Amino acid sequence: MNYSTAIWIMLLPLANFVLLGLGKKYLKNIAGIFSTILLFVAAAIALNIAYHYFFVDGKQNGVYQTINVCQMHWLSFTETMNVEIGIQLDALSVMMLVVVTFISLMVHLFSLGYMKGEERYCNYFSYLGLFTFSMLGLVVATNLLQLYMCWELVGISSYLLIGFYFQKPSAVAAAKKAFIVTRFADLGLLIGILILSFNTNSFHFQTIIQTLTNTQSPSFISITASSFLGMSTLTWALVLIFIGGAGKSAMLPLHIWLPDAMEGPTPVSALIHAATMVVAGVFLVAKLFAVFAIDVTALNIVAYVGTASALFAAIIACTQTDIKRVLAYSTMSQIGYMMFALGVSKYGSEEGLGYSAALFHLFTHAFFKSLLFLCAGAVIHLVHSNEMKDMGGLKKLMPITHIAFLIACLAIAGVPPFAGFFSKEEILSAAYQNNKTIYIIALLTSAITAFYMFRLYFSIFWNKPYQHHHHHRGEGTITMKLPLIILMLCAATVGFIPFSEFVSSDNHPFHSEIHIGFSVLPVALGLFGIAMAALFYFKQSDKPDKIANSLQVIYKAAYRKFYVDELYLFITKKIIFNCIAKPAAWIDKNIIDGCMNGVAFVTSFISSSIKNMQSGKVQQYALYFFAGIAALLVTVLYVWK
Amino acid sequence: MTVGLTHIIVVSTVLFFIGMYGLFTRRNMITMLMSIELMLNSVNINFVAFNKYLYPDKMDGIFFSIFIIAIAAAEAAVAIAIIINLYRTHKSIDVDDVTDLKQ
Repeated sequence: MNYSTAIWIMLLPLANFVLLGLGKKYLKNIAGIFSTILLFVAAAIALNIAYHYFFVDGKQNGVYQTINVCQMHWLSFTETMNVEIGIQLDALSVMMLVVVTFISLMVHLFSLGYMKGEERYCNYFSYLGLFTFSMLGLVVATNLLQLYMCWELVGISSYLLIGFYFQKPSAVAAAKKAFIVTRFADLGLLIGILILSFNTNSFHFQTIIQTLTNTQSPSFISITASSFLGMSTLTWALVLIFIGGAGKSAMLPLHIWLPDAMEGPTPVSALIHAATMVVAGVFLVAKLFAVFAIDVTALNIVAYVGTASALFAAIIACTQTDIKRVLAYSTMSQIGYMMFALGVSKYGSEEGLGYSAALFHLFTHAFFKSLLFLCAGAVIHLVHSNEMKDMGGLKKLMPITHIAFLIACLAIAGVPPFAGFFSKEEILSAAYQNNKTIYIIALLTSAITAFYMFRLYFSIFWNKPYQHHHHHRGEGTITMKLPLIILMLCAATVGFIPFSEFVSSDNHPFHSEIHIGFSVLPVALGLFGIAMAALFYFKQSDKPDKIANSLQVIYKAAYRKFYVDELYLFITKKIIFNCIAKPAAWIDKNIIDGCMNGVAFVTSFISSSIKNMQSGKVQQYALYFFAGIAALLVTVLYVWK
Repeated sequence: MTVGLTHIIVVSTVLFFIGMYGLFTRRNMITMLMSIELMLNSVNINFVAFNKYLYPDKMDGIFFSIFIIAIAAAEAAVAIAIIINLYRTHKSIDVDDVTDLKQ
């Protein structure tokens, strides 16, 4: 099959962005429909490509091929150092293409109803187009520099969408925070890219991987031989790249922007901050996994950061009362799962179970987490509040949302046969085979996950009878219900896809099975979490408050997100501000400005002392003139000769 | 006694400094203009004299002085126009009353 249609997947969202951005006047009323149709076409092409790639001709001799669809020469630094822009399809990219276009389509569809009547309706859809384009550019990137550019582009579209309601100061602050934190992390990514490319003379993924996996090559020897602060150059490069990924994927300690990013419109949270952009870090590590696999130190860092984030976020999620923030922390926790699954994985088919499991979880998570966010959006649309205490007893009022939310919660809690069960089992068994500590923490986290997700579910849909009867607007339009139903079906069924037969670390498909005996413990823990949540939150009671009071210190710490924000503020405001910014301001004020003021002062002093020569009297000027001539005469005749 | 080059140069020098004196001391702009004409004429005398005594077979100096006379005529026209305008705005042709140039 000819894969050149892939270019249209990229161009359609770009066209959407450009046309809606420029033709705001003319497309104002049909903006939503217009961009949804474009996205629908893009998603159809992506599904078609995925079908052909995975089922028809992508696999040759039992290995999934890497296909370079198109390449465009963009910059050339030296003979060997070129930057190209292009589309490269491998199993990972094709899978991501499907996820991004499909979730984006669902979000477009949902936004039709959700954003109706917004003043900046047209802008909203054009930003969504920009985001989709840049995310697709990221997943099909042929080289690290293209990936970096798209990486920044998704950052800016995330910034624009978080700050969409820019009348709210909190939204502006959240947008700035997200941009600055991820940008700070991207500095690490850039340095990592430069180190890797400097040592391998290429930005190209394939070349880098080929050079570095060949242990005889001079690049490999030089990059592993030299060391700095006890780690080799390769480890440093990979750790720096991982810092970039951790910033985008909200890993500890760069996660602070994600909960605040919930200021954006809820469908945006579903698309960007749950399903696609935040998993870019996982994608990055997966894309360079062959290189990560060489370096045990870097991979261990990935594993432990992932584990810590998963547990940390799960504990915080139990105490938050804003439903979107709970979902944000749960996203962070699930991405932590993906990260440590990559971290405990090895390179190879069966040994690379963690790799497949991580991407499987990315895949299933995209469906059930975006579903959760869209349900939350529907609830917020009805209740006009993000706080749990304003909800409760909504199950009669919004039956479809209720069922969808329940299925998504079961999926994330890892209850069979829903999607999350399969991917989580694979992750747990990968962890069990390689690192027992991580396995135990992951089990604990999965119990907590089940607890807080069902805390959310019961608080929204059961708990107490719904009080505000004065507005019965129901669940919203058909375009809001349709994506919920589609995603609900996906969240229930995508787990049955034999994922490791499609995506694996070395592109050799393999068969992985779930052992019933192994899954008893995680499922039991999940059910235990659900039971606990039911006990506390099924009916309105004072039990949660009692528990909170008895665990006062821990509860309060978790409620305040373990004071990480405060720590950042302390570091930035107290330390950086006092030690760097203030001296810098002093130098700027006294030395730099001093020089400028000095020049100005000298000039004005001289001019004020000679300004009386400018008397306006013609005869005086004539006198100067003659004096000048006389002086010239004397100079020419006597001095100069 | 024959009139030599020196005599003529002395006359022109005297004429020049009379003009300069007038330019610096007189406050009436018309008088100042006349003083300038005196200075120009002293230069003309120099040109003609040098031409006659040093290069009698050439005409350059004479042409140059004719050129200067023409320019002086134009200059006088311009100067008088300026003076008239100044008189209209300032009601005076005293040079000390016109010090607007310093602004």
